[in-house]
Amino acid sequence: MSATTTNPAVLPASEGSLLQRVLRGAVTPGGAVFLLAAVLLVAVVWINPSFGEPPQLIRFIGRTAPIAIAAMGQYYVIVAGEFDLSMGAVVATQVVIAGNYIGEDESRVLPALLLMLLVGAAVGLVNGLATTLLKVPSFIVTLGTMLALGGLVRFLTGGAATGNPVDTFREIGRGGIQDVPVLDVLPYPVIIFAAMAVFGVLLMRSPFGRTLMATGDNPDAAGLAGAHVWWVKTRAFMLSSLSATVAGILLVGYAGVHPSVGAGYEFQAITAVVLGGVVLGGGRGWILSAAAGAFALELLFSFLNFQEVESTWRASVQGLIIILAVAATARAWSFGRRPSSTSTPPSAPPSTPTSTPPSTPTSDPVPPSRPAAPAPSPTPARPGTETGEN
Amino acid sequence: MRPQIHRAPIAVASALLLGVFATSCSTEDPTESPDATESTSESPDAAESPEETEGSDEWFDQAVYDEQFEQRSATFEGDPEQPYLQYIDGEMTDTSEFASEGAKKACFANASISNPWRQTGWITMNQQLEALQDDGVISEMETRDAGDDDNTQIADIDYFISEGNCDAFIISPNSTAAMTDAVERACETGKPVVVFDRGVETDCATTFIHPIGGFAWGIDTAEFLIDNLEEGDKVVALRILPGVDVLEQRWAAAEKLFEENGIEAVDYFTGADPTKIKTIITDELNKGEVAGVWMDAGDGGVAAIEAFEDFGAELPVMTGEDEMSFMRKWEETGLTGLAPVY
Repeated sequence: MSATTTNPAVLPASEGSLLQRVLRGAVTPGGAVFLLAAVLLVAVVWINPSFGEPPQLIRFIGRTAPIAIAAMGQYYVIVAGEFDLSMGAVVATQVVIAGNYIGEDESRVLPALLLMLLVGAAVGLVNGLATTLLKVPSFIVTLGTMLALGGLVRFLTGGAATGNPVDTFREIGRGGIQDVPVLDVLPYPVIIFAAMAVFGVLLMRSPFGRTLMATGDNPDAAGLAGAHVWWVKTRAFMLSSLSATVAGILLVGYAGVHPSVGAGYEFQAITAVVLGGVVLGGGRGWILSAAAGAFALELLFSFLNFQEVESTWRASVQGLIIILAVAATARAWSFGRRPSSTSTPPSAPPSTPTSTPPSTPTSDPVPPSRPAAPAPSPTPARPGTETGEN
Repeated sequence: MRPQIHRAPIAVASALLLGVFATSCSTEDPTESPDATESTSESPDAAESPEETEGSDEWFDQAVYDEQFEQRSATFEGDPEQPYLQYIDGEMTDTSEFASEGAKKACFANASISNPWRQTGWITMNQQLEALQDDGVISEMETRDAGDDDNTQIADIDYFISEGNCDAFIISPNSTAAMTDAVERACETGKPVVVFDRGVETDCATTFIHPIGGFAWGIDTAEFLIDNLEEGDKVVALRILPGVDVLEQRWAAAEKLFEENGIEAVDYFTGADPTKIKTIITDELNKGEVAGVWMDAGDGGVAAIEAFEDFGAELPVMTGEDEMSFMRKWEETGLTGLAPVY
């Protein structure tokens, strides 16, 4: 933000060689999550070498694709300063729609896909409009849609599993391109995930992405600058619901139809996003970090599976490790900035100045207070990755 | 693949012939019989239901284990023409003190209908309700579905006690410890209380109708796996949720037998979520060969099999439940399996 107002020739975050930029990025929360995922991967492969074989690895990526896609969807909403708790319910709804509507009728596959995407877009639209136009906090709106959709799923299924749809539909989430060299098989979910990731990166670099980021950082400023805040945020919600829909389509194939599919997805997605260093409250974060957060999370779960942690307190172990991991990535951030706060004048510019000025988002009308609480600000209240790098 | 290959229908039939799990003892008073709506059942002697709550074998009760071990081969009592009223050696409660005239209102606090077994039971129950309404025994049955939530069910029971105008309570507890106080409050009204399926830690209920599908299920399924596997083989146990006595007893029995017979078993809670099941199985396969899958209930059996298929591993010896999805998959794949009828 400040970078654009002071208009330097190069954004501070873009200075230096590629290597310098990568190293600098790695100590931000958005970069540290990649290190975390790498460490976890090494740990998993260490205790269980067969996991590291390419065919197994690619399968792992395939099965993590749905949650990674959901995390990227959640990212759009969180970076716009909102929450989407309805994701898990959207996944369950889509799964049940697929099971009930398609059934054994192969000719319904395409209409069903269309229907599911429409339902996904509609849910996002409702979430977005209720949040922006009715001014209901998104936490409550999406909690409401979560309950409403949960009720719908219950009504449609009675809470018990229904039959799986035809195998052709399930192939999307279950199948893959066979006989690929080295990998053995290239699961379709991996391809879909890669496409969604590329789409996400390009989208965040487009004017819409920039506006979305600005809106999350400071909606008032974005509004004054001419952005249609309500429509930008609404589209973020629609992107989130559509991502959940894609995740649902993959899960029908991967797991099958059951009302419990998607349970807890919203929290897993939010955890992944936070683990990826994306700031709750909006305005900071890199979309691929959110996806990396999802991979780190899944690797952690697999690690616990391999360690055979007692089933009764497995959930507690997961919870504690997640808190530690988020704390650790936050520390990584403060390590990264410590030198800059001590040796400020000459070579500090990297990311410190870009992150601090907008640190009090909406209500900071008194400029004099600024110098009083300058760069050091030890609490990483609004840290983040490089502003411009999205 | 394995020496013994069951076809689904045969297995169902044989499980039925073994008569393993359908057991009963209903206590009926002709004039006051809301409990007639549910009939596969067992002894009213609730004294056997409270679990010891200490130590690591919290849910293991040798006496009940032995009793159900015997009951597996017991013969049914009651009219074979009405199999739904048959039962295994339970005592009948004397309910003459509740005798009364006219149609009465029954209040049913149900844990949920969130699995095929409970849905089938719910349909059956409504059919029986119609019959009893035609007979003028029951005027109406007010049902509250707790949706698998302890707190909701406690509130449901308290609502029935204070505002339900109930003449009798039927309670199918969601979980064992949490529901005990509420059931006791219902007992304090002096009206007949029927507890069925899962138990509670009190014997105040007029009638406790329960399956022997706890330990007996665990014994049968574990023995099947032990018979079909070698010592040292690995079994993955997929459990739906903790804290439900029937499910805990299934695992307690199976775990004990696996241990005694040198089967390496590792257990997971899945919440019946097929995504989780698949992930768990895939991780286990990554770790090494999995020779058997044990389930404390059939929900999600298909996902478990598909995990083996997608991994390209040899299908396991498997125990599931008599659900259509599992049956179809079983027939399709021809795996070695057991589907106890409960």
